[in-house]
Amino acid sequence: MSGESRFLGFWYVLPYVIGLLIFTGVPFVASFWLSFTDYRLMRGAEFVGLENYVDLFTADRTFMRSLNVTLAYVALTVPLKLAFALFIAVILNYKLRAIGFFRTAYYVPSILGGSIAVAVLWRYIFADTGLVNMALGVFGIEAINWFGDPATAMFTITLLRVWQFGSAMVIFLAALQSIDKSLYEAAAIDGASKWRVFLSITLPLLTPVIFFNLVMQMVQAFQEFNGPYVITNGGPLRATYLLPLYIYETAFKKFDMGYASAIAWALFAIIMVLTVVAFWSSKKWVYYAGDKRS
Amino acid sequence: MSQTMLDDSAAFDADAEAARHLALQERRGRISMILRYAVLTAVGVLMLYPLIWLIGASFKNNAEIFASPGFIPKDPTLSGYVKGWETSTPYTFGRFFWNTFLIIAPKVIFTVISCAAVAYGFARFQFPGKRILFASLIATLLLPNVVTRIPQYLLFSEMGWLDSYLPLWVPSAFAGDAFFVFMLVQFLRSIPPDMEEAARVDGAKSWQVLIFIVAPMLTPALISVALFQFMWTMNDFLGPLIYLSSVEKFPVSLALKLSIDTSEAFDWNRILAMSVLALAPSLVVFFMAQKYFIEGISAGGVKG
Repeated sequence: MSGESRFLGFWYVLPYVIGLLIFTGVPFVASFWLSFTDYRLMRGAEFVGLENYVDLFTADRTFMRSLNVTLAYVALTVPLKLAFALFIAVILNYKLRAIGFFRTAYYVPSILGGSIAVAVLWRYIFADTGLVNMALGVFGIEAINWFGDPATAMFTITLLRVWQFGSAMVIFLAALQSIDKSLYEAAAIDGASKWRVFLSITLPLLTPVIFFNLVMQMVQAFQEFNGPYVITNGGPLRATYLLPLYIYETAFKKFDMGYASAIAWALFAIIMVLTVVAFWSSKKWVYYAGDKRS
Repeated sequence: MSQTMLDDSAAFDADAEAARHLALQERRGRISMILRYAVLTAVGVLMLYPLIWLIGASFKNNAEIFASPGFIPKDPTLSGYVKGWETSTPYTFGRFFWNTFLIIAPKVIFTVISCAAVAYGFARFQFPGKRILFASLIATLLLPNVVTRIPQYLLFSEMGWLDSYLPLWVPSAFAGDAFFVFMLVQFLRSIPPDMEEAARVDGAKSWQVLIFIVAPMLTPALISVALFQFMWTMNDFLGPLIYLSSVEKFPVSLALKLSIDTSEAFDWNRILAMSVLALAPSLVVFFMAQKYFIEGISAGGVKG
């Protein structure tokens, strides 16, 4: 490699650096600045200091409502999805025939779940005379007005996400299969019960992927848009009016870019704080086995 | 003598005990195995039934769709597909598929090329600022798009790119999806650079090494990247929703939303048929190449 510039590698990453500046760095700073302005399309920006934020937290009832339902949505969706993914991964992690078949079957919803077509399907499933109510009717259970009640409406969009547990499950399964079998053999010789083995060996060794899945799923859940937009349209009574919906309508329907940026930054701050808390707490509960990790 | 007999019988007892224990364990093992299959099958059916129902119901007539939870149409009809293909716009659904393709193809190509080059730079070279740049890659993985979306929109609007595919294409030419770069870097790190070094000793330039040695080795990972980008772009809704305003440029996702807004109240099988069509490309690609999806996701851990 003699005679080559020590900047050679830099040329290869240059596209990324340019993209980082233009499409991430500058917009990131700009949106922070915009959040302190009154910026409407066609009229330009006017600096208003903290006014947007003061409005958000003191006068804007829609924001407070939206913030509450967003937090509820994330608190409901992420643990449910991860618990389900882990549960199925543990069951799959035995010498089963047809493991590939089941893995594929569970993974299909993750591939399709983000599609608008599936959101459309959800409307049919939970419609008044939809699939779920028809199935309930077979068992003589009265039809439920899924989209009419705030709690059940929230349930429908949560379920759409939990249904897509496949990608988290595949990650859990890969981690489970990389656990050293001799650990289990040693535990079996000591006569440890299965539950004990799970709690003392499997779970600690899985904490790195649990942590990874937790952070990724949380960041995503805070940005959920398609489900509430297409399935419930934020309703009823704004019970599923998640913050990304509010940001979208403020920015791209009302073109009130300054105020929308302030909402986006409030959302960003919440995600940041929770991510930092997750990283900080991970020192206490995430177990890294020696230097095997790299 | 008696001592040995005693030992023998003790050993015999222990053997019998062990055999009984083993049989018990085996039976327990079989029961737990049956239980496992039962749970897996029940969950699988419950999860896939909505999709199966969707396909079946798309061949039902409008009166039958909300009549029973079964999926087999009593009186199969293609009318949903015929009407769905026509759409309620001046264009056929084929036009929206073509638009989707026009968005996806350049995006996938740009992504594969730019991400491969950038990953090569990160994985195989030392240069000033590398550590900070690599850290920024991880940071952008966690950075919510929601915070950069508004200024990006203003930027593209300033450049006169609204209502064109440029805002959807251009970021991918600059390795805009940090996740893919990260995944390729991980993949490259697991390959020893011996071959590349041999080629360099023989006088190959670094770009020749990238094209003729690294790229072929990276192929499985690059296929994963292309497939994931295909799926994500296929599913992308918010991007086209913000940037595209003329119906003639709509991809399938927007066309579908448009049709539920205009005809959901009465034309159910048409909406369902369009949904099946919208999902079909993803399903076909997934079943043809699922190995790459599972490997890609296990290697890097993907969103979704």
